[in-house]
This record gives sequence, C-alpha cells and structure tokens, in this order.
Amino acid sequence: MNDLPRTQHIFASGAIAAVGVSVAYISFTQEPADAFVFPRLIATVFAILAIWTFVKAVLGRTKVGQGLSGQDMRNLLPGLIVTLIYAFWAAKELGFYTATAIAFFILLTVYDPAPHTEAKTWVKRVLITAGFIAVMYGLFAMLLNVYTPREIFS
Amino acid sequence: MDFLYYMGDVFTPINFGLLLLGTIGGLILGATPGLSPTMTVALMIPFTFKLAPEQGLILLGAAYTSTVAGGAVSAILLKIPGAPANIATTLDGHTMAQKGEGAKALQISFIASAIGGLFGVFLLIFLTPVLATWALAFGPSELFWLAILGVTVIGTLDSSSVVKGLLSGCIGLWLATIGFDDIMGAQRFIFHSSVSGGINIIPALIGLFAIPQVIAMFAKGRSNVDAEIIVVQRHPIGAAFREVFSRKRALAIGTSVGSIIGLIPGVGGQIAGLVAYDQSKKMSPESGKFGTGHPEGVIAAESANNAMVGPSLVPLLTLSIPGSPTAAVLLGGLLIHGIFPGPSLFTQYPQVVWPFINSMLVGQILMCMFGLFIAGWAANVARVPRSVMAAVVLGLAVFGSYSVGHSMGDVYVMASLGLAMYFLERFGFSAAPLVLGLILGPIAEANFMQGAMIANATVGKMAYFFTGWLNWLLILIVVASIGYSIWMELRQRRYTTKEEASA
Repeated sequence: MNDLPRTQHIFASGAIAAVGVSVAYISFTQEPADAFVFPRLIATVFAILAIWTFVKAVLGRTKVGQGLSGQDMRNLLPGLIVTLIYAFWAAKELGFYTATAIAFFILLTVYDPAPHTEAKTWVKRVLITAGFIAVMYGLFAMLLNVYTPREIFS
Repeated sequence: MDFLYYMGDVFTPINFGLLLLGTIGGLILGATPGLSPTMTVALMIPFTFKLAPEQGLILLGAAYTSTVAGGAVSAILLKIPGAPANIATTLDGHTMAQKGEGAKALQISFIASAIGGLFGVFLLIFLTPVLATWALAFGPSELFWLAILGVTVIGTLDSSSVVKGLLSGCIGLWLATIGFDDIMGAQRFIFHSSVSGGINIIPALIGLFAIPQVIAMFAKGRSNVDAEIIVVQRHPIGAAFREVFSRKRALAIGTSVGSIIGLIPGVGGQIAGLVAYDQSKKMSPESGKFGTGHPEGVIAAESANNAMVGPSLVPLLTLSIPGSPTAAVLLGGLLIHGIFPGPSLFTQYPQVVWPFINSMLVGQILMCMFGLFIAGWAANVARVPRSVMAAVVLGLAVFGSYSVGHSMGDVYVMASLGLAMYFLERFGFSAAPLVLGLILGPIAEANFMQGAMIANATVGKMAYFFTGWLNWLLILIVVASIGYSIWMELRQRRYTTKEEASA
C-alpha cells in the first residue's frame, strides 16, 4: 500500500472510530438507561471494531480498499458539488423540477465527452434535459400525484 | 398446491401488464453496465406506492428476475457484466461472441437462466410454506439470534474484510436505533430534525445503492463506455434449445449449485455463478475447452445465477430475514404496504404472496421469450453516455426518496447515506451488511427487549438467550461464518504474499 491510501485509510477509519466512540459514549451516558440497552450492546461492538480498524490503518496493515486517487477526486468533484447543492439546497429552494433541470443540464455538460464547441451538442443536451423533465413530471406529478415544493418560477 | 389456486391472479390485465413492464424494463436495465439489480429494484419502489401490494411486488419481482438475466447481454457482447452475478458468464460468453457465436451465447444464456430460474422458484414454492410452519417454533431469543445471524453472515461472506463487513453491519444496526424508542418513548441519537422519526428505509436503500454508483460514474470523468459492441448474427432458436438440453451436466450443476447458494443468507449470485462455473469445469470431460468459448461455461453460470433468485427469498418470506441485498430491498417494498413477512404471511396475505411467487414463475418464461428477441437490441443501451445515466439515476433518486413521505428530510437522509457509502466503499466497506443491519436492527432489538423481559421474569438473561438447541445452532452458525471468513481471508493473504514474493 502506498502512502496516499495509508493516509486516507487513517483519516477514514479515524472518522469511523470517532463516530463509534461517540455512539458508545452517548449510549452509556444518556437516560433512561432502559431505552439504551440494545444500543449499548451494538455500540460496544461498533466501537471495538472501529478502533481495531483505526489501529490497523495507523500501523499500515490495512489490506482492503483502494482509497481515492487525485484523478478520481478531480473527476468526481464537480459532480459531487452539483449533487450536494441539488439535494441539500436547490430542490427545496428552487423547486424540484427547476432544480432537477439545472442539475441535470450541468451534469450532462460537465461529463459529456462530446466537444463543447459544437452547437449541435448543446442542442442535444437541452433536448435530453427537457425530455427527462417531461418524463419526471409525467411520472411523479401526473401518475403518482407527488406534491413537490413550490417552483421558483410559478 | 395453494399456488395453483392463485395462478389466475397473475393473468389479470393489470398484473400481467406490470409483469411485462418489469420483465422488459428489467432486461434493458440489466443490460446496462453500472445499473445493478439491487439499485434498479430500489429505484422502482416509489413507483409501487399507488399500486396494490401484490401488483407492486409483481413489478419488483419481475425486475429482479430479469435484471439478473439481462446482465448476461453486456457480459457476452461487451465483456462488461451487467451485474456481479454475470461475472462468470463473461469467461466463455464473450469468447463465443468474438468467434461469431454471439446470438447462440445469448440464446443459451436466456434458456439456461429460465430453466435455472424455474427450478429456483419451484423450490421457493415448495420450501417456503414448510419453513414457515417450522418458523412458528421461533421465540424472541431465536429471532434475535436469527437477525444477528443475517447481519454477520452477510457481513462476513459478502465483504472482502471480515472486520469491515461486521463494522458495516454494526453501523447499520446503530442507524436502525436512531429515532424514538418504542418501549420507553425516549429520543435516541436524534442529531438532526430529518431523523427525528428514525431513518426511513426506502430513501436509505435508494441512497445506499444508487448514489455510490452515480459518484462512481462521475469518478470516471468525461468518457464513454469504452467497449466495442459485437454485432449479433442470426442463430436458430431451436438449435439453442437442443444445445442447452444436450449439456445436461452443466445445467444440473448450475441449477443445483445456484439453488443451494441462494438459500444461504448473504451468499449472492456472483458466488453462485462462479462456483457453478468452477464445478462444471472440474466435472466436465471437456474441461480444457472452458474459457475458450465453451457453451457449458455459459449454461452453468447463467442457470446458477437465476436459480439463486427464488431460494434467496425463502428466508425473507418465512423468517423476515432477507437473504441478499436485493431481497432486503424487496422487504422494503413489502413494509411500505404494511406487510410484515414471517410465518403468518401465507395465512394472513395469501392473495399477495402467492400471486407474487407465481408471477416470478411466469416471469421466468417471459424473460426467456423477450430475452431471445431483444437481447441484441438491448446491448445498445450500453451506448447511452455515462453522463446521461448518472444524471438520470440522481434525478430518480431525489424524486423517489421525496415521494416516500413528501419530506425533504428523506432526501437529505438519502443523499447523506449515499455519499458516505461511496467513500466507505472506497475504503473496503460494503453496503450489503449495512443495509441488512438497518433492516434487521428493529427485529433484533424488539426480540432482544421482549426476550429480556421474559428472561427477567423467569430464568435470567444468560439462561434464556444461551439455552435450547435452536439458540445454540444459530450461535454456532454465527461463529462458524465469522471463523470461516477469517480463515479464508488469512489464506488469501498468505497466497497474495507468496505471489508478491515470487514476483
């Protein structure tokens, strides 16, 4: 295992160990105790296994998991940012259909291997986005009667 | 023979229409690299809300069956398994396609899938009611151990690291405790208003199975699916049938291995296909031909991975213990309709469960029929750019999770779990045990608390949970599965170290 995954493994398993220890701490300190009998059982095993994994990562003995390369991170970062903004902010604030159309179009544009210099590819992306939104509207608004947050343009 | 009584229900216009929709849709989605059967079924659950329970299950069951079989299309024509269950199919299937026998490979794969699948569903039909009667003997202590068994077996056998598999299971069990405690009414681990009512299972399933695949597509950057689609030549279907039935050994090995493996919780189609392929190769007088485009390789692998589908539902329908991640998603589909599987399922809801099982029987035949005709065309789905696929799945995940309870909290839960799962997977953690923990957590806790109350009033906790042959049998299986996985992991490591040293 090279240095990059080792550091990543320490960071990832450290975060899980922190969650495991926090869960154990909360389970053993919160009241009423009877409500935490089962969580205590789980939290004990959780914390032990998480600390074990963390120690193995620190010692460089983690054998499983490739981590993330710099190239992977560079590739996924734009999509990750769009996903976070779409799911945690835009869907509620702009409305589902508006937010989905914007996120869908941005993702198509960012990840489409077709050249950005040709007008034809932009038209194609707009048409695919419009088609997808029409299908989603038909399925969720008309067929399933799902009432989504108010659209910003309505 | 209760199943015959409800056979007519499959052929009502709506039910049969849904069966057709699930079968054709499943075949196309299964042929798409990157869309696993579990993710496909999870994304389809929101569309079943408006349907009657049996209709929803028919749609989900048909999608499950045909996505597994549809995965063979991309395995054969692109050398990219549509699902992990189709890995073994690529070994001989793609070589056959390269030799100009693509149509023959596709035809024998669908015929073998249907035969294996039919056998598996018959096993489900005849085994489930027997096991359901037997399951009535299970008390709280046995059900508690059974839930723990479900998590540990899938955690150890389905993961590349035993510790990380068990840790994933623990995370799932912990997530299941978030919300209000049923007995004391106390708040537990409520760190955000989105989870005040606990974690809703459907958004969690969508997030855990769909979002990591979306991010994985992002991680590949601006690139198309880099595989050449082999053009399929015409091949007479009758000859394909004769070919399959002349290879009885491979068919029998595939079907029996798939059925047995399907019954073991946690051991999925990927293992079924590979074990059947390996056994078929060992027992064949033409073992040297395996890997060079031998039809027996395709027959063994495909009959096994579809024979596994029916039996993987046996523990789910009898004991509420999903045998595979896709069965866990199907459990989610049952729960949203207020149906709790278990020993009483066949007496309380025969009008739901029998049409569902029967539809899987009919679905195998439809899958074979449509598979034979649309296989070559379905491979074109692989031409859909990754950017479109990722954006479509993300949109469906957000809409699908919102539609469960018309709550933004569900969308936040879906996105948070999905993003966390992608990074966890990069570090060797697996979604399957986490999902099983999340689903089986409430069953384990309810039975643990009920058992503890009985124990306190009678013999004490230790005696209650650690006596009785059934308790000990379950404990032994838990210990054995962990021990076996540790042994396998150590053996694998020794082998890898030796290989590295010799290189």
